[in-house]
Amino acid sequence: MSKYLVNKFLYTVDRDHELTERYREDPAGTVAWWEAEEAGRILNCVAAEKTTWLAFTDDERQALSAHDHVALFRMGAHPFLTLTLWIAMFERDFDEPLAMQRDYAARLAHLEPPYPDIGT
Amino acid sequence: MAQLVAILATTHHPFFYRTSRLPPDEAPPFAAEWVRKVEAYRETLTIARPDVLVMVGSDHFHQLWLDNMPQFLVGKAPYYDGNWENETREFGLPKLLLKGDEELSAYLLREGIDRGFDLAFSNELRIDHSITCPIFTVRPQNDLPIVPIYTNIFAPPLPRPERFVRLGRTIREIIDAWPSDLRVAVIGTGHLSLELGGPRQFGPHGPDPDFDAQAVEWIKNGDIDGCLRNVTLDSLHAPGNATHGFMDFMLMMGIAGSAKADYADNLDLFHTMEPYFTWYPDAGLLPGLSLASKGSLL
Repeated sequence: MSKYLVNKFLYTVDRDHELTERYREDPAGTVAWWEAEEAGRILNCVAAEKTTWLAFTDDERQALSAHDHVALFRMGAHPFLTLTLWIAMFERDFDEPLAMQRDYAARLAHLEPPYPDIGT
Repeated sequence: MAQLVAILATTHHPFFYRTSRLPPDEAPPFAAEWVRKVEAYRETLTIARPDVLVMVGSDHFHQLWLDNMPQFLVGKAPYYDGNWENETREFGLPKLLLKGDEELSAYLLREGIDRGFDLAFSNELRIDHSITCPIFTVRPQNDLPIVPIYTNIFAPPLPRPERFVRLGRTIREIIDAWPSDLRVAVIGTGHLSLELGGPRQFGPHGPDPDFDAQAVEWIKNGDIDGCLRNVTLDSLHAPGNATHGFMDFMLMMGIAGSAKADYADNLDLFHTMEPYFTWYPDAGLLPGLSLASKGSLL
């Protein structure tokens, strides 16, 4: 598990409008590019100081590439980060206020507390 | 010494700003009551005539990140920019600039460290909606300098509830000892039961109305001991996956020091219970105090 890296993907994509749109339109391509080029970037540091050992597991790469927020929840990705990014990408596809958020919850409805550990 | 004139504990609902500005024919049915409650609550700060605001909130993964995560952080800067791009995108919150009170920041840091809290600090902090929302609700003219204090209620491992109460008590001691003639108000925001990003989010009420009812009683009565007997890091998972934000209310109860609230109100707002609490530590600092209401809970 590399929950930290999954969270880092969600965090860095959510805070950059261009990346948010790119991830919406091309999830698999964005995940592959990000893991190759951006995963090791320590925020605030120059490229020469990239972390050398960070990588997604196959399951994490697949969940991110498939926009599978249920799988991300099961893995213990931080639910606030996933929700915020999903709102940015998909709220526009629903007509009623909060309809996207309710659909998002309904897809998680089969999951009972205690929820997966989100500690990193 | 400085005078602690008011303590306010509430939520930082990011939908209020936009909802309160909608024309009546576009506003949702709950908007008018929400605005009325907030305006009544604002009065509880106004009558205290503060000179400076200590603002307790929690960064929502904006500036503070998992590669460098403080548990408690005090801003020490002459100004603070407010709100982030994704808050503007999602909630329609505007960017704003707030003044800082560096002298009080420095005093809180020095005294806090000396009293057992190894506080982190920031000289360049863009505050998020946990601090800007109460500005919009209770001080929309944004005319007072602030000292922001961030707590980690978000990224485990978290400090335990007892630690939040103790920090509140320590903040109270420090403000009471501050050699200044200024009038200080402390405004803190957190959550009652709340679920975000989970199956219970955005339901017809908060995810755990029973917890909310109990929490309101603890806060209203200043029942720190009863609260601590029932609330642990583990127990806070049950009412909703974002309910650890309740620990910011516990911090505020620590500042108020087991006193009963002087103003207590709430609003059952579909997916959350919105609480509005104010304490006046020394009635002598508010001559002629006359609130139109003490809220619906008192």
